[in-house]
Amino acid sequence: MSTTSPKHDAPDSPASVGWTQGQKAELFTAHSPFKLDCGESVGPVEVEYETYGTLSATKDNAILILHALSGDAHVAGWDRQAQHDGRTWRQRKPGWWDTVVGPGKAIDTNRYFVVCSNVLGSCYGTTGPASTNPKTDKPYALTFPIVTIGDWVRLQARLLDVLGIGKLHAVVGGSLGGQQALEWALAYPERVNKCVILAAAARLSAQGLGFNAVSRFSIMHDANFNGGNYYGSEGPDSGLAAARMLAHITYLCEDAMHSKFGRRLRNKTKPDFGLGVEFEVESYLNYQGSSFVRRFDANSYLLVTRAMDYYDAADWGDGDLTRACQRIQSEMMVVSFSSDWLYPPNECRELSHAIAGAGRPVTYVEVQSGYGHDAFLVETQQVSRLLHSFLSARTSDIKTEAPHAQG
Amino acid sequence: MHKAKRLLHELGKNIYGQIDPAFTGLTVDQVVELMQRRGAAEEASAPPERWQDAIIEAEIEAGSSVLDLGCGTGTLLERLIQAKQVRGQGVEVDAEAVLTCIHNGIPVFQANLDAGLAGFGDNSFDYVILEETVQTLHYPLKVLGEVLRVGRRGIVSFPNFGCWKVRMDLGFRGRMPVTQGLPYNWYDTPNIHLLTLQDFLDWTEQAGVRVLRGYAVVQGVVRDLGAQDNLYAEEVLLVIERA
Repeated sequence: MSTTSPKHDAPDSPASVGWTQGQKAELFTAHSPFKLDCGESVGPVEVEYETYGTLSATKDNAILILHALSGDAHVAGWDRQAQHDGRTWRQRKPGWWDTVVGPGKAIDTNRYFVVCSNVLGSCYGTTGPASTNPKTDKPYALTFPIVTIGDWVRLQARLLDVLGIGKLHAVVGGSLGGQQALEWALAYPERVNKCVILAAAARLSAQGLGFNAVSRFSIMHDANFNGGNYYGSEGPDSGLAAARMLAHITYLCEDAMHSKFGRRLRNKTKPDFGLGVEFEVESYLNYQGSSFVRRFDANSYLLVTRAMDYYDAADWGDGDLTRACQRIQSEMMVVSFSSDWLYPPNECRELSHAIAGAGRPVTYVEVQSGYGHDAFLVETQQVSRLLHSFLSARTSDIKTEAPHAQG
Repeated sequence: MHKAKRLLHELGKNIYGQIDPAFTGLTVDQVVELMQRRGAAEEASAPPERWQDAIIEAEIEAGSSVLDLGCGTGTLLERLIQAKQVRGQGVEVDAEAVLTCIHNGIPVFQANLDAGLAGFGDNSFDYVILEETVQTLHYPLKVLGEVLRVGRRGIVSFPNFGCWKVRMDLGFRGRMPVTQGLPYNWYDTPNIHLLTLQDFLDWTEQAGVRVLRGYAVVQGVVRDLGAQDNLYAEEVLLVIERA
């Protein structure tokens, strides 16, 4: 059925977690809804999650993985239900971090119990705008409340309660997932031993806010958008595709685009003097845009990018990031990538300095890479070595103290 | 030209005479020959490997916080964390060394020291260590200033370019010195800003910095810093703070 490419570990490979199946947990009900940062509540709340490996008897080997903007709970292995659930794109590829998570891999499922859940407001099994609002019997659409990274993390904590996991060996995430990992270290300092933040900073830059604004504009001004009430009819596909095309530019960088596509024409040696797809880079972006439309809900894209916009870890310190970081009790590792211009190294360094300034030990690594923001997924070897070393290092008796007062 | 050569000869004789009477009255060629013969003997009196670490361990108060600049693979910090229960933080630029630190559970900040200290807060560490690194920096004075901004105390060690062996090597061989403490050729040395003990002491005076304690390696033996050590010390370690 599924045609596995040779570059992926097949389901029967000893390096694959094999066939996987998403699980569901109802964490809040209509009667006892989930209270959100925006002041509204939502209920029922169902969460889709996956787990790999075995929870130890002492429950001390759990690692929570946090997915990025368009990600899902399907981190590794091959989705047994892909056809049944209409997620046919999963038949061609294993989970989004299959290179890093699996038996004997950097996040070793022989050793760790790995958990990942889809975030609230997304569209991969966790309650979101496409879910039915029990009060109206219609999809929430844009009546779904605005969600925050803080909400996501509180919901994840609730899931872990249900799974019987108190303290995590580690939280690990990249990009928007990295910000969730940071939020974990701030919101639940006593529940996190180690925290890994890849290609993420304490907040999104003005440039990043700008990209998200354009993405939402293109969705909300699509002729089919209809105020978000497009379920059951044609959705704002071209708006969503344009948003994804723009996002893909931000995930690469000039060097990466140059080496990947250059100015090469698509399947031709001479231009057609037309407005069709002429260049390789156009073809790539078109493909990314149209395949995304088949797998993502535009309303979710609006909500998730908004959550990304709002996040600022300094909120925990009333605007002072160093003060916020005084909450941290975990061993922290922040990894930046030299050509990332979405969460550039200087912003990752700023976060790391704030952690150090708060009197907390921090490991900060700048990986040399030409792949831009995508590097956190692409630089498998370097990221794996860092993860393996950091996750398996004996937890030293971390001493934390407030910095000496001036004078 | 002849006068300059004679002067250099006299200087050499005088310094050598002061260090070791065996050199008195020798010609330049004889001194060079003697130095070469003594090369082998010197090997035996090399300073103990990582001689600074034991001093630093004794110097640092238990339970304090330590920032080690240019921490390498984190050997010193690991020792201090275990023996003195310090809150240790390393800074290192080399990717492989950084990975070793991570593997050993030593918190490490990958950064170039010339650029990377600005983000650390004032007085955020009890001690900031700059071991055998100051002479490799592009902006040594800027970094030394940062050491005492970020730390209550600084611990700085470096090879003393004023050591008589170095002076003789340059003076008589006429080539950049290659010694135990400075084992590089001019073209492959990381030491781009070599300094003498006296240069450093001059800086402390100008910068309003107090030297609390000093240690020297002389003929392979570690001892307290002495008055003549600009000439004798092969390597030095100083504990400094803002005056």
